[in-house]
Amino acid sequence: MHPFSYTRASDTREAINAGRRGGRYIAGGTTLVDLMRETVEHPETLVDISRLPLREVTATERGGLRIGALVTMSEAAAHAKVRALFPIVSEALELSASAQLRNMATIGGNVMQRTRCTYFRDVTTDCNKREPGSGCAALHGYNRTHAILGTSNDCVATHPSDVAVAFAALEARVLLQGPEGERQLRFADFLLRPGSTPNREQAIRQGELITAVEIPALPRPLKSGYLKVRDRQSYEFALTSAAVALHIRGGVIREAKVAAGGVATVPWKLSAVEQALIGERPSGRLWAEAAARAADGARPLQYNRFKVELLKRTVERQLRIVGEME
Amino acid sequence: MSSELPESAVPPPTGASESTSGPSRRTFVATGAAVGGAVVAGGAFFVGSGEATAAGVAPSSEVSLTVNGTRRTVTVDNRTSLLDLLREHLGLTGSKKGCNAGACGACTVLVDGQRVNSCLTLAVRLEGAEVTTIEGLAKGDELHPLQQAFIDEDAFQCGYCTPGQILSGVGCIQEGHTDSPEEIREWMSGNICRCGCYVKIVRAVEQTAGRK
Ligand SMILES: Cc1cc2nc3c(=O)[nH]c(=O)nc-3n(C[C@H](O)[C@H](O)[C@H](O)COP(=O)(O)OP(=O)(O)OC[C@H]3O[C@@H](n4cnc5c(N)ncnc54)[C@H](O)[C@@H]3O)c2cc1C
Ligand code: FES
Ligand code: FES
Repeated sequence: MHPFSYTRASDTREAINAGRRGGRYIAGGTTLVDLMRETVEHPETLVDISRLPLREVTATERGGLRIGALVTMSEAAAHAKVRALFPIVSEALELSASAQLRNMATIGGNVMQRTRCTYFRDVTTDCNKREPGSGCAALHGYNRTHAILGTSNDCVATHPSDVAVAFAALEARVLLQGPEGERQLRFADFLLRPGSTPNREQAIRQGELITAVEIPALPRPLKSGYLKVRDRQSYEFALTSAAVALHIRGGVIREAKVAAGGVATVPWKLSAVEQALIGERPSGRLWAEAAARAADGARPLQYNRFKVELLKRTVERQLRIVGEME
Repeated sequence: MSSELPESAVPPPTGASESTSGPSRRTFVATGAAVGGAVVAGGAFFVGSGEATAAGVAPSSEVSLTVNGTRRTVTVDNRTSLLDLLREHLGLTGSKKGCNAGACGACTVLVDGQRVNSCLTLAVRLEGAEVTTIEGLAKGDELHPLQQAFIDEDAFQCGYCTPGQILSGVGCIQEGHTDSPEEIREWMSGNICRCGCYVKIVRAVEQTAGRK
């Protein structure tokens, strides 16, 4: 680990000032300390934001939800408002990492977490994300866990977060505060596809701080759930996952929110699947037909071809589970 | 984003850095094995208020925290993890280093009553914190009920994962995720046991929770 200086911010303005001068925020530290130890990250200054007042979960008017950036994953998962309004968020969180890590890790840090690509994490290999222009060792390497969607010739690393998949499905917004004031970004605009600049992962500016993630209100009743498929049953990242939320009234699907994880360079919104569902009546055939669109545009690599079929089946199963919930 | 390869930092014995700054972890393991305990005990993982700091190489900070009921004020290289502080500086070697990356749970301790991975916790951040390790669980000669249950159930073989399992189990019981063996398994999944003692570990946690 490279040496660094450490400061603890006592309020948001102090944090942003330090961030503007190049300081790196540390929240739970479960991504950052790990990557610093691997020397993938080597910030000169850490700005500890853990004592900032960004720890609230609040219901917004009409039934939306705002989760403060420093709410831990375990607090968010257990929070009564989260469980009541968007249980899919609790589910995605509880299927993430481990109880210990969830006690440390925060919502802001979670959406900012970096890929688990083994080549990214190994500083002796080529990686455009870590070292722009060096090449991508995963393209022709062991790419079984890598992305099939949203990739480029420069990077095929997945975004590893689970809760971000639920946030993407629900069209959450990321609330930011920075040297130039406050702004909001749609989740889809916040996390960036690699393109030719895989080193740029978020549309966040120097010194900007995530203050909260806000989920907009959705029509009720809303049925939802998160399904995660992985190599072992717990404490493992997703090979594929599906976040599904459905508003069904009068026997017809009026609203469908669907996204997939583990398969793409960013949480992957499945608009084609949503469109195939809206206005239709739930049926086994509908789930299969809609899910058949889940891998549209997929570009599998040598070792991850299986994800194309696995993704469709994951989505189909989760549509059925959620669509047929009591 | 910088593209530099990690500098070799300061060379071992006086090392001001963790030894992962070499080309790969494999090299590190080999080096560590070759020099035996000296690398670890000699402070390659940990530099206190000593030489590197005086030379202005590695920023350090003073932090006051309570460990197993005893107030401690220490000066740590900012890079020091709580795990290394416990093991290398305070002589509390009960907490174990398995992966040093959050992926095994061997280093689990309680910080302010919550189970966390001490390998990913920077000591410098713990001003005012209360830390409980395996050494602090017993009340005098009386073992914590979960420690006793691990013995009664024979819930270990080599014992390397055990301190982490027990601290994690204490957290799991406090959190109330012990309604069924399945629930315990899921909420204890952050602790890997390479000897495969899971059935008995679950039983020990279940029994201790049941007695409460
Ligand atoms: C073994 C292991 C298994 C895991 N398994 C899973 C899993 O199954 N599913 C899953 O989703 N995740 C998993 N994770 C990842 C884990 O969820 C993340 O590491 C965690 O959520 C990051 O949050 P943090 O608060 O610890 O972030 P930190 O490490 O503190 O920060 C991460 C990054 O975010 C930045 N940052 C943090 N907070 C803010 C903010 N408010 N504003 C701006 N920038 C900020 C930091 O500067 C840093 O770059 C796993 C991690 C490990 C180590
Ligand atoms: S040593 Fe901390 S989790 Fe493995
Ligand atoms: S008892 Fe050997 S690793 Fe668990």
